[in-house]
Amino acid sequence: MAASILRRSLLIPRCRAGDVAALHSGPSRRRAQAPEPIASGRRAGNCPAGERGVAPWVAVVGLEIHAQISSNSKLFSGSQVQFAAPPNSLVSFFDASLPGTLPALNRRCVEAAVMTGLALNCSINKKSLFDRKHYFYADLPAGYQITQQRLPVAVNGSLSYSLCVGGKKNQMVTRTVRIKQIQLEQDSGKSLHDDIRSQTLIDLNRAGVGLMEVVMEPDMSSGEEAAAAVRELQLILQTLGSSQAIMAEGQLRVDANVSVHHPGEAYGVRTEVKNINSARFLARAIDYEIQRQIKELENGGTVMNETRAFDYKLGCTIPMRDKEGKQDYRFMPEPNLPPLILYDTKSLPANTNHQQVVNIDWIRERLPDLPSVRRVKLVEQYGILPEHSFTLLNEDGLMEFFENVVRQTQMNPKKVIGWILNDMLGYLKQYNLKVKESPVSSLFLADLLNLLERGTISSSAANQLQVVPSAPSGSCPPVLLLLEPSLLLPTKPRNMPAASRSSVGPGQAGSLR
Amino acid sequence: MLRVSLREISAALKEGRVSPTELCQRCLSFIKATKFLNAYITIAEDTALKQAEESEERYRRGQILGDLDGIPVAVKDNFNTAGIETTCASNMLKGYIPPYSATVVQKLLDQGAVLLGKTNLDEFAMGSGSTDGIFGPVRNPWSYSRQYREKSVQNSHIENEDSNWLVTGGSSGGSAAAVSSFTCFAALGSDTGGSTRNPAAHCGVVGLKPTYGLISRHGLIPLVNSMDVPGILTRCVDDAAIVLGVLAGHDPKDSTTVQDPFKPFELTSFIDASKLCIGIPKEYHAPGLSSETLALWSKAADLFENAGAKVIEVSLPHTRYSIVCYHVLCTAEVASNMARFDGLEYGHRSSMDKSTEVMYAATRREGFNDVVRGRILSGNYFLLKQNYETYFIKAQKVRRLIANDFVNVFRNGIDVLLTPTTLSDTIPYVEFIKEDNRTRSAQDDIFTQAANMAGLPAITVPTALSEKGLPIGLQFIGRAFQEQQLLTVAKWFENQVKFPMIQLQGMMDHGHTICHHQKSAFFS
Repeated sequence: MAASILRRSLLIPRCRAGDVAALHSGPSRRRAQAPEPIASGRRAGNCPAGERGVAPWVAVVGLEIHAQISSNSKLFSGSQVQFAAPPNSLVSFFDASLPGTLPALNRRCVEAAVMTGLALNCSINKKSLFDRKHYFYADLPAGYQITQQRLPVAVNGSLSYSLCVGGKKNQMVTRTVRIKQIQLEQDSGKSLHDDIRSQTLIDLNRAGVGLMEVVMEPDMSSGEEAAAAVRELQLILQTLGSSQAIMAEGQLRVDANVSVHHPGEAYGVRTEVKNINSARFLARAIDYEIQRQIKELENGGTVMNETRAFDYKLGCTIPMRDKEGKQDYRFMPEPNLPPLILYDTKSLPANTNHQQVVNIDWIRERLPDLPSVRRVKLVEQYGILPEHSFTLLNEDGLMEFFENVVRQTQMNPKKVIGWILNDMLGYLKQYNLKVKESPVSSLFLADLLNLLERGTISSSAANQLQVVPSAPSGSCPPVLLLLEPSLLLPTKPRNMPAASRSSVGPGQAGSLR
Repeated sequence: MLRVSLREISAALKEGRVSPTELCQRCLSFIKATKFLNAYITIAEDTALKQAEESEERYRRGQILGDLDGIPVAVKDNFNTAGIETTCASNMLKGYIPPYSATVVQKLLDQGAVLLGKTNLDEFAMGSGSTDGIFGPVRNPWSYSRQYREKSVQNSHIENEDSNWLVTGGSSGGSAAAVSSFTCFAALGSDTGGSTRNPAAHCGVVGLKPTYGLISRHGLIPLVNSMDVPGILTRCVDDAAIVLGVLAGHDPKDSTTVQDPFKPFELTSFIDASKLCIGIPKEYHAPGLSSETLALWSKAADLFENAGAKVIEVSLPHTRYSIVCYHVLCTAEVASNMARFDGLEYGHRSSMDKSTEVMYAATRREGFNDVVRGRILSGNYFLLKQNYETYFIKAQKVRRLIANDFVNVFRNGIDVLLTPTTLSDTIPYVEFIKEDNRTRSAQDDIFTQAANMAGLPAITVPTALSEKGLPIGLQFIGRAFQEQQLLTVAKWFENQVKFPMIQLQGMMDHGHTICHHQKSAFFS
C-alpha cells in the first residue's frame, strides 16, 4: 500500500509491458567508469535485441533542470518577480534591453544558488564568471542571455534519491546522481503565438528572472529514475526556499538528454527532449524516447543529434523545428559584470560591509534540515517505515498534518500513519484534493482516532466518519457526529429514548438553542 | 564672453556679470549661427532655456547646486538623455527618445548644468573622423580659423574653399567642435580607442579619458563595454578637473565602477618637477608620425627635462599589437552589443514583416550603416566556436600583455607617459574619405588605444599649431586612478606651451548663416 502511494505521489505512470524502463533496474552508473553492462537486469519482453540474444540496450539519461529562483526582484534588475501578472507590467529598462542599460547582480539570487549548491553537496566556486550566450529570439530582447558557461557558481555535487523497484515495486533503493554544475542565468520572456492573425505577442515579465540551471550527469537510465531525482530536487529546493519549483507554473523546467547503447560500447548519439512541463510526463517522455531510439536502431536507422519536444497529447516526442541548423551561441565573457567573488569566514576581508558580500559559511550554518534528514528524523521519532517518511514529504503539507495529528492523539504514530496514508490520502486522491484542501482537519482526525483508541467507535465507523466532513458543513467535530448512534460501539447499554431524538421537530428547534 | 573657460564663466555667473538665461540664449544663437559645422544633431532649445531659468532662480535665491550651475554643456549623442532624442547618428535610433538619462548626464543636470543639445558622431561611435553618421560629417572649426586660412592662402591650399574643410577627428567630433567653437563650455564624449582624445587634439581642446571604472557607463550606449569610458572635453585642464569631480564615483547601476569614494580635487599650478619622472615610450615613434608632431614631442620632453624632471625612454613592446588586437575585441563586443537592435522593443523597424527573421534582417540592414554591419559580421566570425580560441582568446591574452607593459613601466618609477595623440594635424574631408573607415580607425587610434586596453587615464593637451596653422595635441597617460597627478602634470604643461586660442573671424567670412550683428556680439 505504502509503495503504491509512493509511486502515485511521484506521479509516475505505470510502464506498459515492454516499456524499456523496466530494463534498467541495474545500479546507477558513472560516466567515469566504463558503462557497466546491466544484462543481469530484467529484459523487456518484446525487446528484439533480447530475443536475438544480443546484449540488451542500455539507456543513459542526463538532465538539465532550470529552477526559477524565488526572489522579490530579477537577477540583474529591480523589477518584481510575480507569476501571472498582467503582460509586460514587470519590465525594467534593463529587462527590455534599452540601449545603455547595465546588469547589477541581485544578491538574493546568488545566495539562493549558493544555498542550493551546498544542499546538493557541491563545491562552491569562490570566483565565478558570467558569459553571454547569443541567439536571436523575439522573447530574448538583448539578443543574448547572461549565463555562467565557463565558471559556474557551484560544481561537482551529488543528489541522492530513492525509488521503488522490484516486481511488486515494494523494494526501496537509493541512488545517486552527480551534479555537474549549478549556474546562474537569466530567464527569457514569453512568446505568445497568435496563429489566426499570424503574429507573435511578447511578454517580458519573465525576461531576466533569475534561474539556477542544475546540470545532472547522465547517471540515470530510465524515466522513473529521472522523475524520482527531479522530485527529490524539487523537495530540496522547496525546503531551502531557493525556488518554489512548481512545475505547472514553469518554475521548474526539465530537459532530458537521452541516448542508448549496448553495454561495453560507446554511448549512443543523444537527443535532447524539451517541453517536459509536468512531473507526470517526465518519466513518460524519457521512456518513450528511449524506446523510440531502440526501435530506430533495431530497424537499422540512426539516432540524430536533435532536439525533440514531448507532445503530451500524443504521448510521444517529435523533432522540433530546426531553427538555423546547428546553433553556435558565440559565447563571450559578459564585460559589464566583474567576477562574482564569494567569501567564507576565513577569507572574509576585515571591515567589509556584510550587505555587500556573500559568506558561504554563514549560509551553510543556516541551511534547514534537508528532506533526507527530515525523513530519518521521522523514522526515528515515530518509528514509521522509511517508505512512509517518503510519502509524508512528497505530499505537500502531509508531514505537518501527520505531526499535528500525532501531537493531538494518544494513538501510536505507527497506527496514525496507516490512517493517514491509507485512508485519508486515498480519500484525497479520490477527490483530487491536496492536503491543504482536505476537509478533514488534523484536529478532526485526531479526535476521531482518540475515539477509536478509546474504543468508542469502530474503525469502519471512523472510516465512514472521515468521509462525512466532505459535506459543505463538514467542519463539526466528530463528537457531534457521534450523535448518530449506529456508529457507536455498544460499550454499555444505553437507554436513550427514541422520543428524545425524534421529538425535536423543526417547530420546536428554537427551544433547544 | 563665450570664449572664456568654464571656471571663468562660473565665476561670472556667481558674480552676476551674466545670467544663466542670457548665457544659454547666447550659446543657442551661436549654435544656430555655426550650424554648418554640423556639431549638433539635436538642439534642446526648450529644455535648455527651462533649465537656465531654473538655474537663474537658484542664483537669485542664492541656492546654487554647484560649480556647474547655469553652465551650458553639450553631450555626445550616444548618451541617453531622458525626453531628448538620442540617435547614435544611426537610422536604427533615429527618433528614439529614451525614458532615462545616463548617470553622467544626470550628474551634470543635478549640478545645475544646462544641456544645450546632443552632439554629432560616427554612427554608434564607430569611426575616427566623425564623418560616418547619418547626419553627415562634422566640420572642424579650425577650417574657418584665421590661423589656418592665412596659412592656406600662402600655400594656396584653398582653391575651392567649400570642399577643403577639415575633419574633426572622431568619433566625438561634434563634442570637440562644440567646445572648440565656443558653443558650450564643456562636452561629454566617449572614449573607446581614442574617440575623445583624437578629436580633442584635432580641434585644439583638452580631451580627458578617465580611468576605466572611475565614471559610470550606465546610459552610455556601448561600443566596447570593456573599454568605453565617458570622456570630458573642455577648453583647459582645470575645467576638465571640475567636470571630472562632478562625474566620478561609484554607481550602483554600473557594476564595473569602483566602490572607493572619489574626492574631487583642485589642481595646483606649481609642481616640483624634480620629483617627476616622465616616460617616453620609444614604440610611439611609429611609421606615419609627422615630423612636426615628432619635433613637438621632443620639445615637450625637453621642456620637462629643463624643468628638472627625469625624462626616460621606456618600452611598451606590445603596444604595436594594439590595433589588431583591438579589432578583434571591438568587433566581438560590437556583434554582441548590437544584437539588441532587432526592431522589436525600440528603434527602427522594417516594414518587411513576412516573418520575425525577415523583419530582423531587414531592420538591421536598413538601420545600420556599412561600418556597423561590417563590424558585426567580423565580430560574429571571431566569436564562432571554431574561431574563439584563435582570435578572441588570443586577443584577450595580447590585451593582458599590453596592459602589463604599462604596469611594468609604472612599477619602475615612471609617473606619467608623454606621447603624441595623433600622427599629425587633421586633414581635409576630401582627403580623409579616400581611405575607408577601418583603415582610418586603425591609423588614427594608434597612440590612444593602448590606454583603453589597459584602462588607464589619459589626457590630450593642445600644444602648438602646425605649419598649416592647425592644432597638434600631445598625450599624457597616467597610472590607474591617479587622475590628480596626471592632470597636475597636464596643467603645468598647458601653462608652459600657451596654446593659441582659435580665431574664428574666418568662420564669419564663411558667411553661411551668420549675420553681422551676431558677429559683433560674439567676437567683440
